[in-house]
Amino acid sequence: MESKEHWDAGRPQAASDQSAAPAPGHNGCGASGGAGKASCGSSMAPEDMAPGVWEKVKNHPCYSEEAHHHYARMHVAVAPACNIQCNYCNRKYDCANESRPGVVSERLTPEQAAKKTLAVASAIPQMTVLGIAGPGDPLANPDKTFKTFELIAREAPDIKLCLSTNGLALPDHVDRIKDLNVDHVTITINMVDPDIGARIYPWIYYRHRRYTGREAAQILHERQMQGLEMLTERGILCKVNSVMIPEINDQHLIEVNKAVKSRGAFLHNIMPLISAPEHGTVFGLDGRRGPTARELKALQDRCEGQMNMMRHCRQCRADAVGLLGEDRSAEFTTEKVMERDLAYDGAARRAYQATVEEQRNEKAAAKEAELEGLRGRQSDMVVLVAVATKGGGRVNEHFGHAKEFQIYEAGVGGAKFVGHRRVDLYCQGGYGEEDALPTIVRALNDCVAVLVAKIGGCPRASLKEAGIEPVDACAHEFIDAAVLAYYKSYIERVERGEIAHTPKGDAAIRQGAYVAA
Amino acid sequence: MPYKIIGSQCTACSACEPECPNNAIREKDGTYIIKPEKCTECIGYFDDPQCVAVCPVENTCVIDSSVARYQA
Ligand code: SF4
Ligand code: SF4
Ligand code: SF4
Repeated sequence: MESKEHWDAGRPQAASDQSAAPAPGHNGCGASGGAGKASCGSSMAPEDMAPGVWEKVKNHPCYSEEAHHHYARMHVAVAPACNIQCNYCNRKYDCANESRPGVVSERLTPEQAAKKTLAVASAIPQMTVLGIAGPGDPLANPDKTFKTFELIAREAPDIKLCLSTNGLALPDHVDRIKDLNVDHVTITINMVDPDIGARIYPWIYYRHRRYTGREAAQILHERQMQGLEMLTERGILCKVNSVMIPEINDQHLIEVNKAVKSRGAFLHNIMPLISAPEHGTVFGLDGRRGPTARELKALQDRCEGQMNMMRHCRQCRADAVGLLGEDRSAEFTTEKVMERDLAYDGAARRAYQATVEEQRNEKAAAKEAELEGLRGRQSDMVVLVAVATKGGGRVNEHFGHAKEFQIYEAGVGGAKFVGHRRVDLYCQGGYGEEDALPTIVRALNDCVAVLVAKIGGCPRASLKEAGIEPVDACAHEFIDAAVLAYYKSYIERVERGEIAHTPKGDAAIRQGAYVAA
Repeated sequence: MPYKIIGSQCTACSACEPECPNNAIREKDGTYIIKPEKCTECIGYFDDPQCVAVCPVENTCVIDSSVARYQA
């Protein structure tokens, strides 16, 4: 780092992306929609969210599940140092709070990072958010982090800035964050009880000393709460990330949820522990497992009554470029970017963004029409439906090309996004399609159907065998509307006795780093 | 004796560099190194050697006994 100032700052933990949340105490729209209520797919502010908050998050692909279909973010890795140690992190790789374990991002200087950001923003008008997260903690590297923000704000004031931190150094930097107009901060908070914290964090480095055990966790906890309160006081949006670690903090995260909600966090994102021995993390080597899809959803559901939960986080790599789930970083390597000399094109960006707003309104209208068809119907059937999409909010991906599936929960109240399942790893590295299939089926095991643009005969048969209905009839339609239309036909067929409604099993969460380019 | 960094273990995270009160640490060829003539073991500044306290890899910043001890 370039400076010698006191670095007692926290490190950044990466924030993962997510959704907009409404005022505490209400179910919100955006990312997850309130329980039993459709998530707001429109570009109108959800009725229970303060308009100021919605203005800030509506085009943020990380905070709004709806926006992530249309807008993109990128992360730059300029801050490799960290001031704490997490048992799910191996520092050879990126910050596990931001990225999946086992991912390495290219480290950039602030100048390189600014240039890359401008190059990407000029080429991809969807790019509206620049984040600094791992590897390392942005606030353990305040000079690099803030220098990067300053350079970008000068050239491209329309780009939103966000950062993710573990919170240890946060209170020291809140004023600088405010001055730079950073409007989103993510804090990774895994506990509010130091005894639990001691099982997650072996040590912290604070005010020139290394602390361990309960004392370390106590300091970290106090600094996190103080930082969160200071952000709230200054009107800076704050999202909280938590890593769900079975048997350590899974039940405790309900307490965490209450604590952060009462201090003004606008969104809580619970992410599964990703842990495998080959990641070389303490938890990985100890054989600690991550939660299953059902355990994760159950916890998210329990917390949702109290505040908005974010569920579309892909724990993507920190230097990912492009729409969430679609990584274009290979086009923008440092080498390629540094060769180019380009002008930042604000007008083209505004034109694109206007078109997107139109599409979002159209999509909201299509969904309203489908919801109309369900009105007055009584049914307690709730099903999960998988969707293959490559963006734009439509069912537009071929089954065989899908790197991930989005999961929607449908009921008479509407359809809401509840998560995604990545399957990219299975289709690579010499595995033929036949080998990939059973794994995909396992990842979608809790769904009754998968909506795709197209699907081949062989996967169609295997899916049917597993009780998952492949549907290509709604190709290229808007996702919410298609899911609702499917749900309607599903309950009608059940009523007529044509199909049986049987409970589905649990599904697997993929344990690999997201490295697909 | 000054501290040294075991290069093969260093992740080049850079955390130690700004913490050194003597500016003894810098990057060289993809890892970080300590200039032995500048390192004071943090004596006179902090109770603990800062590079050791902040380094994420255990036993990576260690005493270099091949060099004479710092004389305060
Ligand atoms: S996961 Fe924890 S230890 Fe690793 S870089 Fe992030 S905050 Fe630091
Ligand atoms: S022991 Fe102290 S003086 Fe020596 S290199 Fe480490 S931080 Fe610098
Ligand atoms: S803190 Fe440790 S791992 Fe990081 S650069 Fe310094 S010696 Fe290397």
